[in-house]
Amino acid sequence: MNIQINQMTTAMSRIAIGCAVALLAACGQSTSTANTASAPGITASEIKIGSTQPLTGPAAPGYSEIAPAANAYFQYVNAHGGVFGRKITYDYLDDGYNPTTTSSATRKLVLQDKVFAMFNALGTPTHLAVVDYLNTEKVPDLFVASGCNCWNDPSTHPYTFGWQTDYTIEGKILGQYINQSLSGKKVGYFYQNDEFGLDGVKGLDQQLTSVASRQNYVPTNTNVTPQISALQASGAQVVVSFSIPAFTALALLTAAKLHYNPIWVVSNVGSDVPTLTGLLTKFSNGAVGGQLLTGMVTDAYLPLVTDASNPWIALFKHIQPTPWDGNVLYGMAAAYTFVQAIKAAGQNPTRAGLVHALETTKLTGGPGLAPYGYSSSNHLGFLGVQVAKIGADGSATTVGPVYTSSDSGPINQYSGTPATPPSNGIPS
Amino acid sequence: MRVSVFKWRSLLTPTLSRHLGLALAAFIVLLVLSSQIGAYDDYNLAAIAIFVIATTGLNLLTGVNGQLSLGHGALMAVGAYSTSLLLRGHDLPLILVLPASLTAAALVGAVFGVAAARLRGPYLAGATLALAVGLPQIATRYSHVFGGEEGLTVAPQVAPAWLGADFPPERWIAWIAIAAALITMVLLGNLLQSSVGRRFKAVRDHEAAAALAGINVARTQVVAFVVSAACAGLAGSLFAYWSGLTAPSGFGVALSLQLVSAIVIGGLGSLSGAVWGSIVLVFVPALTGGMASSLNLPSAVGNNLPLLIYGAVLVVAMLLVPYGIDGGLRRLFALARARWAGAASNHKGVVDWDDPAGG
Repeated sequence: MNIQINQMTTAMSRIAIGCAVALLAACGQSTSTANTASAPGITASEIKIGSTQPLTGPAAPGYSEIAPAANAYFQYVNAHGGVFGRKITYDYLDDGYNPTTTSSATRKLVLQDKVFAMFNALGTPTHLAVVDYLNTEKVPDLFVASGCNCWNDPSTHPYTFGWQTDYTIEGKILGQYINQSLSGKKVGYFYQNDEFGLDGVKGLDQQLTSVASRQNYVPTNTNVTPQISALQASGAQVVVSFSIPAFTALALLTAAKLHYNPIWVVSNVGSDVPTLTGLLTKFSNGAVGGQLLTGMVTDAYLPLVTDASNPWIALFKHIQPTPWDGNVLYGMAAAYTFVQAIKAAGQNPTRAGLVHALETTKLTGGPGLAPYGYSSSNHLGFLGVQVAKIGADGSATTVGPVYTSSDSGPINQYSGTPATPPSNGIPS
Repeated sequence: MRVSVFKWRSLLTPTLSRHLGLALAAFIVLLVLSSQIGAYDDYNLAAIAIFVIATTGLNLLTGVNGQLSLGHGALMAVGAYSTSLLLRGHDLPLILVLPASLTAAALVGAVFGVAAARLRGPYLAGATLALAVGLPQIATRYSHVFGGEEGLTVAPQVAPAWLGADFPPERWIAWIAIAAALITMVLLGNLLQSSVGRRFKAVRDHEAAAALAGINVARTQVVAFVVSAACAGLAGSLFAYWSGLTAPSGFGVALSLQLVSAIVIGGLGSLSGAVWGSIVLVFVPALTGGMASSLNLPSAVGNNLPLLIYGAVLVVAMLLVPYGIDGGLRRLFALARARWAGAASNHKGVVDWDDPAGG
């Protein structure tokens, strides 16, 4: 008995000593680096970030899922200890995809809600309205949800960073695929007549030498019959489409009505299979659905949304099982990059410190197929894409390697291996 | 031309000095107020002042002259695009840009006013609606000039150095907009008290009777349209400075309808009604937006709740105060007065709608 008690006391005192040592260590750590209110929007317990999103209006279907998905990831991080003990508060406001509303909502976020940074504000025309303002106010403007190369302008907009692969790089890599795998076929273009479509065409034109027909549309006119008829008349056997989902669906339906069956090559933003299937069914009143998507060529800069075996997809789907589509994946992946960036900025970040961290820390290990391009001279996110093909069951399979490029440089094959997420799903 | 003759004559009347005194007092109060509030509140204050300019102009046309316009958002667009184009590559002072933009909108208003003077009721509403739908499309059609959907950016107005380095630009644009709004109100208030204003009302109340009394009905209507368009142009120009961007989506049909709903909610035909309407226009969406996000609702409901509440507020306001906020307040005052005066008064709280200044 006595021996036992002695052993127990020894064991207990050892534990006690261990505890005391651990406590001392913990104490030492917490006194030397306490959380301070190091910048607007940062307190000892909170990081407040803001965004403008099309929660209502013409761009809402699909895109309105992005911010809630990003928020789901932030809540996951918060539930697992947050970032240096701080919880992330994500304050996203509706702008209805109206640049004037974006302008006033952004001022509300900066002046009244006093956010530390803007994150993933959505849309090219909408965000162009506030990019000067945010840079004048020196508010970090991270990971704009648009592939316009206008966000990559460090000299005039040092606080703004893009995230997704820009449309010109995408156009180049799609153009290269057509040259290599669909050579000898007549090619036609169908593109949105704004920065998005025109940037994509810029990339395509660097690769393709002859184009049978160039057709564009404006999102306010839903009749695309003249354009699709012109493509058909030109004899184009391949149609490259830089279109938003609604117009990809309209183009596919119009072509089907005209018995025109080219090979469709559709840019990433306009090719999300669940979104398109829903739109095709809706527009045709149930007459057709996802079968029109079979054989469509597209590209991806994130793991394929239908690839359940991919560890990133498994992680994000575990955090939010439904709804699950490309928009949800997009929001979560962008939120992951944000947590990487804010961690890189250190325990008590400042606005300038966050920008400096993004420019100097080589961010790696993100969810993208291609590496991040952030540096002091480059504010572009993912540098490349991988071509993919939609099968009969609606699932995509990748074709060939990942390619990277810049707006004017050569296309290179990317040899790096894709990263896997850390086991707790939070960047270290 | 006759307008200006009458304006100059009215300079000598006590009406102008009274209006000027009121405006000066209001300016000082608002300046003090704007210095006490945060930069975002200043930004909203500027928005109210800008909408006051547009809605007083529209109220003159619709409430006083009886011509409904569903196209005033497009006339604001003319002012805003004039400003953006003038400032493209030139560093012109605001004091030149505002009158130039105002003139551009007045010219478009004159052309459209000639057509509008021939139209009545639903046809006039239809024609002005066509203006609201059609005009912003020009910006997308000729995108090399007007910047397409992305629009044209406008550099913000920087406050003069003597106000200090920390002076927020939002407060400066608020001061400019308040000054412009008060000047507009003084000028229009005076116009309403003059014979021009009386002719506007005569044409609204009975065109045939007005014509028999020697009033040129068509000319009066065109004049009202031009004055109203000039106000919309000034508001549009300030709007461009305020938002930093001129894009077609900022001047859609929704804006035109909002302006109409503001004067109806505020009170048709009165200057103060336009002020009330503009306050509702700016503050109700801001409040409902905050309400929706604090309720923690499913996104499909929460996203659309602000619009729903805004609609409900409009419906309730129409039911409670059918003559607008201004009419409701006047009725309250009249009732209170009647109560104080006791049974001796036979005033039943009836408001004289034709006498907005109450004089």
